[in-house]
Amino acid sequence: MRTSLRVNGRTREVEVEPRMTLLDALRDKCGLKGTHAGCEHGVCGACTVLVDGEAVRSCLMFAVQCDDMEITTVEGMAPEEGELGMIQDSFCETHGLQCGYCTPGMVIAARALLEKNDEPTDHDIREAISGNICRCTGYGQIVEAIRLAAKRLRESNVARSPEAAR
Amino acid sequence: MKAAPFEYIRPASVEEARAALGADPDSRVLAGGQTLVPMLAMRLSRPSVLVDVSRLADLRGIEESGERVVIRAATRQAEALRSDLVRREVPLLAAALPHVGHPPTRARGTVGGSVAHGDPSAEISLAATVLGATIHFLSDEGEEEFAPEDFFFGPTVTAAPMGGLLTHVAFPKRPKGRVGAGFREVASRRGDYAFASAGAQVVLDGDGSCTEARLGIGSVGDAPVAVDVSELAGGTLSQQDIQAAVAEALEGLDCVDDLHATATYRRRAAARLAEQALAEARDAALEEGAQ
Repeated sequence: MRTSLRVNGRTREVEVEPRMTLLDALRDKCGLKGTHAGCEHGVCGACTVLVDGEAVRSCLMFAVQCDDMEITTVEGMAPEEGELGMIQDSFCETHGLQCGYCTPGMVIAARALLEKNDEPTDHDIREAISGNICRCTGYGQIVEAIRLAAKRLRESNVARSPEAAR
Repeated sequence: MKAAPFEYIRPASVEEARAALGADPDSRVLAGGQTLVPMLAMRLSRPSVLVDVSRLADLRGIEESGERVVIRAATRQAEALRSDLVRREVPLLAAALPHVGHPPTRARGTVGGSVAHGDPSAEISLAATVLGATIHFLSDEGEEEFAPEDFFFGPTVTAAPMGGLLTHVAFPKRPKGRVGAGFREVASRRGDYAFASAGAQVVLDGDGSCTEARLGIGSVGDAPVAVDVSELAGGTLSQQDIQAAVAEALEGLDCVDDLHATATYRRRAAARLAEQALAEARDAALEEGAQ
């Protein structure tokens, strides 16, 4: 089936079988390998992307469902090629990642939270990443990273979303 | 972990959706997909056709209808959680919704999908059972309406008519008086499938005396069940009264053994959760009177 995917502000026409998940389409049809395939049945959260501004699991959507939806992957978080976004920087600085496998999902979950709430409590942060499994950090530094990113967002006057600035 | 091939249809109207479902007995409704897609990935389900109803405007939205709050089937769980109408008029559902999955699954998962799937640990189904909501289908026979106790038979086994489309779930509005709701569950990780869950709603009069108490237990057996705690009416919902009523109501409760929890554990957990849910409901109702 011919489907038009709008990813990180760019529209791509892709030919997919109906059974191809959004996750596989992003990785294999769009070449965007930042979104990670973990459990592929909606438990681990590694494949989380933004669809119309909401964090969702890309392994639980089929690409054909996503016509005309605005999809943002971790690649869309950076202001420019080779740079890191504010949330990503915070993850680096607080050691919010070790192996890095869960990180794209965590960053997207954090972004979905911070778009709605730039003064999250630790409870809000934990709730936002409750669907994302990390087997390295023990989550403490991830919560710290999101707290730091929230503080920087509050104190900065740049656009929240890199794509909004485009 | 890849689904078997299927045909994908995105109908433009409820009628078209109904026709597509009626035309092929192996077709399935795709709404939020948060339960169906994992089942497809694990090939526990191999439908020939998926009928995507998630964009049908006629299946989206929450509105008042007389003494009921109607939630259309493809309304996202996140939308129901954000709804002021639900918070005001169906407090037990509002208390249950934060326990439904995680933010990313609630952003896609639908209220109707959760009910139609018939998982015994589904929080929305438990709230519907406690409150006596009605579940509405459209099928070849026309419109059909089910009470929860006639709808949920066993794990993923429901009375849903062949080729039927769940259109909406109608929850009764809160009764008059001081109303409080409580919802408790225990799961391996917050938002995962619960091992035991309890939902309660109580109504108090001006003096703090109970005029109505409802309780339901989910996740322990084949389907959510409403249990009888009507003897609490007339009392003040003291801890002793609650414990006694719960002990009596849960006697003979059917609980299953599986790899997550034993039947004994589930029975004991259900009793504690039920007591906590009733106490939470009582405290919420008292607070409502204090305002």
